[in-house]
Amino acid sequence: MSEEVVSELMRAHVYRLASSGQRVDGRGLDEPRKVTLVRSFVNTAEGSARVKLGNTDVLVGIKMSVGAPYPDTPNTGVLSTSVELIPMASPTFEAGPPRPDAIELARVVDRGIRESKMVNTEKLCITPKEKVWIMFIDIHVLDFDGNLFDACSYGAVAALASTIVPAKVQGLGEDFPLAVEHWPVSVTTVKIKDILLVDPSLDEERMADARLTVTTDENGDIRAMQKGLRGSFSYDEVKRIIETSQRVGRGIRPLLQSP
Amino acid sequence: MVIPGEAVGGPGLKPGPGTYSEGGQLFAAQLGIRNERDGLVSVIPLNGRYIPLRGDAVIGEVTDLGPSHWLVDINSPYPAPLHATESPWRVEFGDTARYLKVGDVIMCHVLSVDEIKRVQLTMQEREAQRLNGGMVIEISPTKVPRVIAKQGSMLTLVRDLTHCQIYVGQNGRIWLDGDDRDTAIAAQAIRLIGERAQAFGLTEAVRELIESARRETRGPRPS
Amino acid sequence: MMEDIEHIEKEMKLINADGSRLDGRKPDELRPVRIEAGVLRRADGSAYIEWGGNKVLAAVYGPREAHPRHLQDPARALVQCRYNMAPFSVSDRKRPGPDRRSVEISKVISEAFSSVVFKEQFPRTSVDIFIEVLQADAGTRCAGLTAASVALADAGVPMRDLVTSCASGKIDGVVCLDLNKEEDNFGDADCPMAIVPRTGEIVLLQMDGHLTFDEFQKAMVLSIGAATRLYELQRDALRRRYSVTLEDILKESPPARAPPARELDQELDRDREVEPEPPLPPEDDFGAEGI
Repeated sequence: MSEEVVSELMRAHVYRLASSGQRVDGRGLDEPRKVTLVRSFVNTAEGSARVKLGNTDVLVGIKMSVGAPYPDTPNTGVLSTSVELIPMASPTFEAGPPRPDAIELARVVDRGIRESKMVNTEKLCITPKEKVWIMFIDIHVLDFDGNLFDACSYGAVAALASTIVPAKVQGLGEDFPLAVEHWPVSVTTVKIKDILLVDPSLDEERMADARLTVTTDENGDIRAMQKGLRGSFSYDEVKRIIETSQRVGRGIRPLLQSP
Repeated sequence: MVIPGEAVGGPGLKPGPGTYSEGGQLFAAQLGIRNERDGLVSVIPLNGRYIPLRGDAVIGEVTDLGPSHWLVDINSPYPAPLHATESPWRVEFGDTARYLKVGDVIMCHVLSVDEIKRVQLTMQEREAQRLNGGMVIEISPTKVPRVIAKQGSMLTLVRDLTHCQIYVGQNGRIWLDGDDRDTAIAAQAIRLIGERAQAFGLTEAVRELIESARRETRGPRPS
Repeated sequence: MMEDIEHIEKEMKLINADGSRLDGRKPDELRPVRIEAGVLRRADGSAYIEWGGNKVLAAVYGPREAHPRHLQDPARALVQCRYNMAPFSVSDRKRPGPDRRSVEISKVISEAFSSVVFKEQFPRTSVDIFIEVLQADAGTRCAGLTAASVALADAGVPMRDLVTSCASGKIDGVVCLDLNKEEDNFGDADCPMAIVPRTGEIVLLQMDGHLTFDEFQKAMVLSIGAATRLYELQRDALRRRYSVTLEDILKESPPARAPPARELDQELDRDREVEPEPPLPPEDDFGAEGI
């Protein structure tokens, strides 16, 4: 319906269905959509992956170059994540510099990867204080149909897992695959009135009161969390969501890991 | 099926919607199906935005309001105001929110479209109302003629088999109301009708779809 | 740095004595091209193209209300294209955001489409075309334009015709069709063009490098010839997009509840027996109340 305003009628419909454990697309309340993945989609990048989560379609490219480290972390490589919400992905996206939602997305995805030590940035140091690998994670959202947090995260993780470090062209020896040590999986849940729904579709996301993204690693430990929107969660709800995220994450992790 | 720029007719034939004429020849202006009747060639587009025509019944959503009008989204490139005087109520100046608020869904009609495509809506026709409950689905406006074809016989079939109320807007929005299961089945049946490239065997296919889906749901529900 | 480039130039032979190029192509050979229409959900129309090493996505929204208001044209639709390259689409990462090259390309492509879209039918609106280069290997504007035409048709935007685009250039003194990245970097000239297939009108023409008038004409002959082949691919992509099967419809619509696999197969088998291919049989052309 309208791109900006969700109708009362559809809100009532979604809520009514959810109250009896169903969703408009037939899924269960804590069932994520199908995840499809194409690795090494772009050969101009050192690593890349195209992920579809339902109809949400995201392409992530990893570019690596060599440069000086940050002064406060002289022995670690540099990781930089950015998200572009390109206008073709949604009538609500405009061309221009990143808006707060794009920046938040990038920082949350980055946090999950960085805090889980998925990529060991110390191993990306070439010459301490002088030369390190600089890694750009560029997330390009192509089609928006709900839940960018998870789609972008899955894309970034899959792209990193397929990355070959271009050592040769830098005169640093043979190319080698980027060492991946941990596997963060992001799971996003929204709350519509008093009902929790995992992996929101576009309509569900637009009528949600609150949103919680939880990124867990292969041990089920929490590596990043982000609450969004203007509503609130009870502490019980937060605990339930974390448990669900661990469980759903376990189901999705193998898809991101397989070569 | 023709694509823009393909020849669809020669001298003696008149250009209808979806076509244009150049140098005595007729060409397709849109991707669609060529149709010829009584010397008029038209192209029935397979996709396209809804362009309002006077008299169209449409389903809209109120997105804004002022003291004497509401602004309604009718899924068209043009904003469509509904003036308070065209509503079924006696609305005092400044009191519009009492009757329709932002987010309300209405069944209404296109009152007028002028030369520069300024649109006005009205709720004074029969069947115009605020819609409550049910759900709204969207199909491409170009598929609406298929859905209401043959005096709406396909629609009647779906209504009878699913016991749902159904309103079809020319703007591609369709309101369905009934039991949640039946509504979902009816929505799928309508999408099927809208998508079909040909109508041969359609009645049977629709009947089969609805009946098999209902057989499914009649069994005991899993816990 | 400059010395290094000259050194490479002297060393690199772009075209051999037998006329074969670095990738084995002959001077008049097009790289492999594949086009798919209707690849995105949200956009009104879309298309994806792989052209040699290029991967480009095109999408169309519109006609839709033109914003900001003061840019609206009261008599016609605006036709606006935004060409953009993803940061990872090139070997040296490109910073996000438009650079001067992207702005120029956006402008010339907007103008190309402006001449075929029936703008007067949609006053005060805009037709927004987006071209996103995901992987670049020279000729991205031609690939983008060719895909964008398909996206416009997919969106149902009324037009006089599709627009087809191709480039030719000169490498090692030989006029060649469709230069790839190395050829463009080290070649002598590049000349992209776009054409309205039915009438032969040229709606985009750019050139940089060095061509004699004779060489230019040779280049145009090559490009126009290739455009014919590309047009067939565009048309084919649109045809494939709209031959919807029952399987696709059932896959797309949300099930009331997922039917067991057995029943679904029966549904499909029955349909395969009964349904002939389109076109519409005469009695089902919707009658008097129809379109």
